[in-house]
Amino acid sequence: MSGVTVVLPSQLRELAEGRASVLLRGGPPTVGDALQALREDYPAVYDRVVTERREVRPHVNVFVGREDIRWSGGLRTPLTDGSEVVILPSVSGG
Amino acid sequence: MPETPAGLRAGTGDVVLMVGTTKGAFLFRSDPDRGTWQTEGPHFPGEEVYAIALDQRAGRRRLWAAPGNAFFGTTVRASDDLGATWSGKEERSVKFPEESGLALSRIWQIRPGRDSEPDRLFLGVEPTCLFESTDAGDTWAPVESFLKHEHRPKWTPGNGGLCMHTILPDPESAERMVVAFSTGGVYRTDDGGASWRPRNQGVRAEFRPDKHPEFGQCVHKVVHHPSRPERLFLQNHWGLYRSDDWGDSWEDVANGVPSDFGFAMAMHPHDPETVYIVPLEGDYFRCTPEAKLRVYRTRNGGASWEPLSRGLPQEDAYETVLRDALDTDDRERAGVYFGTRSGKVYASADDGDSWSLVRDGLPPVVCVKAAVLA
Repeated sequence: MSGVTVVLPSQLRELAEGRASVLLRGGPPTVGDALQALREDYPAVYDRVVTERREVRPHVNVFVGREDIRWSGGLRTPLTDGSEVVILPSVSGG
Repeated sequence: MPETPAGLRAGTGDVVLMVGTTKGAFLFRSDPDRGTWQTEGPHFPGEEVYAIALDQRAGRRRLWAAPGNAFFGTTVRASDDLGATWSGKEERSVKFPEESGLALSRIWQIRPGRDSEPDRLFLGVEPTCLFESTDAGDTWAPVESFLKHEHRPKWTPGNGGLCMHTILPDPESAERMVVAFSTGGVYRTDDGGASWRPRNQGVRAEFRPDKHPEFGQCVHKVVHHPSRPERLFLQNHWGLYRSDDWGDSWEDVANGVPSDFGFAMAMHPHDPETVYIVPLEGDYFRCTPEAKLRVYRTRNGGASWEPLSRGLPQEDAYETVLRDALDTDDRERAGVYFGTRSGKVYASADDGDSWSLVRDGLPPVVCVKAAVLA
């Protein structure tokens, strides 16, 4: 399928009309671009993932495929057609 | 997940207790006699709620809460039906400007403004800043003079974070307001928020080589009474103080307390001489001294303090009461309430003379607010 898919954790789905994933047409070139594209339709999801400093929140993990973007360029991590961006809360907490 | 709470069924004259925990908020109601309590919750299960307020100005009955978590951040949400429905699932309204380089991590205080300005509210947040709304909470913005304060690079976080926990508008003057935060201390504006000056003379900073800096104190809570707003009481990170001049000078009033370390402090609703605290042993062992759970009360502006223990456990009570987890209602005979980090909520319906356990088994309690419904 053409485009990039963003997979949402269960905690954020109510902010995206209950969707478990969102297909972004047009193939955004980076993870940051994909999240910005997601922001247009679901701004509440965006600001629960990205801070005012335009950084992914410290206890949220973003993967492209199986790769944590912390180790692959952060929000500049490149995407290709068909990429899957997976957003998950980290295992922190008590 | 727990079932969604239906909202509190309460009416005029009922007493409402709002309890924020590290895992959600719980609401309690009682008849005016405050003998029995109904409870419901958790609201926002899994989210910490460090700030709650009830705004009853201009005919409202609006409950405010600041749920958040380490994963997805924090925001303010409002309910006009005592928790049956909440606003705030949309994009967040409380944000630092991108150019500030700051990111909101926690909201510590929600403070409705003066009665004469019913659409004004304030937030105290972490990293420390004062936010303001002038449209009844629809939109929020940081107070520019505080955001860009020249001392900001030198303010440093305490164990709880760099948090603004106290906001005290002068009920008589829109020009004056006191705020306090850890660490930084007390700051006051006399020009409607255009500028802020530190007001910490006499308040010690035990954790620094210079014990009396201009600012940098770890103030835990400040309270005052609206009928005598210039008189401030301050629970410090070591130290118990009173100021009779809006913080220009401070006097030590730790007279007869087992420790002058503690977090919580609350004002009596009718008597400007009466204040409540819950001393803790110290900053290393932050538990009630001698394993006895005692509230201390002064009825003479801090000249002396008396322990209040009737109905409270007096052995094996290693409890901690945090800075916003003690409050009073404004019934004629004041209700006094507090919650512990061990998840207990206690209430007194007689100015603190006697106490009873309202609820046990909650998550750690971080804030308690009480109000009589108008």
